[in-house]
Amino acid sequence: MEPSNKLFCKGGGCTAKLGPAVLERVLSRLPRPTDPQLLVGCESSDDAAVYRLTDELAVVQTLDFFPPMLEDPYLFGQIAAANALSDIWAMGGTAKTALNIVCFPENMDLNVLGAILTGGNEKVREAGASLAGGHSIADSDVKYGLSVMGTVHPARICTNNTCRVGDCLILTKPLGVGLIMTANRVGQAQQSWFDAAVQSMTTLNRWACEASQPYEVHASTDVTGFGLLGHLREMIRPAYSAVIRAHSVPVLDGARQCAEEFLLTAAAQRTRNFLEGKVRFAIRDFAMEEVLFDPQTSGGLLLSVPEAQGEALLADIRALGLPCGIIGSIVPRMDCDIIVTE
Amino acid sequence: MMTVDAKGMACPLPVVEAKKAMAQAAEGETIRVLVDNAIAVQNLTKMAQQKGCALSGGETGDGNYYVEITPGAQTSVEADEPAVCQPLPSGKTVVVLSSDQMGGGSEQLGRALMKAFVFALTQMDAAPDTVLLYNGGAKLSSEVPETIADLKKLEEAGCEILTCGTCLDFYSLTDRLAVGGVTNMYAICELLLQAGKVIRP
Repeated sequence: MEPSNKLFCKGGGCTAKLGPAVLERVLSRLPRPTDPQLLVGCESSDDAAVYRLTDELAVVQTLDFFPPMLEDPYLFGQIAAANALSDIWAMGGTAKTALNIVCFPENMDLNVLGAILTGGNEKVREAGASLAGGHSIADSDVKYGLSVMGTVHPARICTNNTCRVGDCLILTKPLGVGLIMTANRVGQAQQSWFDAAVQSMTTLNRWACEASQPYEVHASTDVTGFGLLGHLREMIRPAYSAVIRAHSVPVLDGARQCAEEFLLTAAAQRTRNFLEGKVRFAIRDFAMEEVLFDPQTSGGLLLSVPEAQGEALLADIRALGLPCGIIGSIVPRMDCDIIVTE
Repeated sequence: MMTVDAKGMACPLPVVEAKKAMAQAAEGETIRVLVDNAIAVQNLTKMAQQKGCALSGGETGDGNYYVEITPGAQTSVEADEPAVCQPLPSGKTVVVLSSDQMGGGSEQLGRALMKAFVFALTQMDAAPDTVLLYNGGAKLSSEVPETIADLKKLEEAGCEILTCGTCLDFYSLTDRLAVGGVTNMYAICELLLQAGKVIRP
């Protein structure tokens, strides 16, 4: 084992997610909940559960935790919290309370844990929510995240599979954090790539969510462990297809270079296998394919909005400071779920 | 042959170690990489293919896998897909019904004319090869009883009835499709390009 102050063990962040194929197989065997007040449950592969309390009020519930994807415990805490909180905004909700989920080795320096929790707490406060407790267990590896409760008006819930033909797709953060963190782990990421990736991961999706409130958002999700294509595929109903224009997709500096050096995650390959036959690449660009499959930790929101509102919303999101773009559109059903073109 | 034991390593480390070995290998030397999971095999395979290496692999028998990579041995990089020949017109007759009405003017008259047209189709000596229904035409195969009955007769006579799935979804008629199959824009485009004759009443 590494010296006890070393956080890093295996691939961290959202690359640590179980593959979608495995999950689907296990979850499909469990009995479904029947409470009619459960507005969003596990039947759709949505980001969070939504439960209606009254006609005007529903609670949004989510949790997320993972092992570190970088060495700095304070940044790890920030990123894990930003990532866990994100699901609330993906549903169009407002974060209210959060509980810490902690796995920590008993013999490790407690200052490390202090730094993780400080980073997490800062993001919870920035979210406008209260950190109200938590649960910790002794474990061989560090893991951290949050269980988050938020609220949403039942009529304003933003589910992930309600896009319409003619919508354009807006991605609010650049892709590539999985590739860059993987490269960083083997000492091959430039500092500037790393810094931009960290800035993206520590940025709360709260701001993009709030910027989108005045617009008619038909569907939204956050891009995390299944990569852009994996999460986009969850948005596509059988009557529609999506076309992604590769040159419009915001990508972090260095991500393509990392892909060209084959610093590839297992998670990206699992998603590629899962989407076999569902995605058609009309481009020949190996690095771009890998970027589109790249698992994102604390990735951006993917918003499906009427084409006429796309440019205005994009301008508002661009003003928040991160690379973003109108990356494609929802089209009438074609030969597969997703077509990637120039 | 050089052997890299990457068992117990998480991606991307098997690829990183394999690339190090490839950089050190003598020309034409094969590198054998041992890994303990199929995903690592797939990531090694992508790397070897992109770099134009010869590649083989399999299971080692003890639950592990091996991949053998020989740099530069693949003489021709995977050829571009052969140019697709323009398909010859099939000579098929395709009837396109893009509205539940026939002609512009009175909607009431237009609906009556369309019902009559679909009925008349059933009375011809030869049925068309395909009836394609989209936009308002999707209603003819899902909610108009008279045209549903006539389209069924055409189907029995060997005519293919295809309705645009996106259109059914748009009009909330997906569950009500009563005759024929569902199609998509890709197939519609192909069908029209290859048709010998397209009839639009």
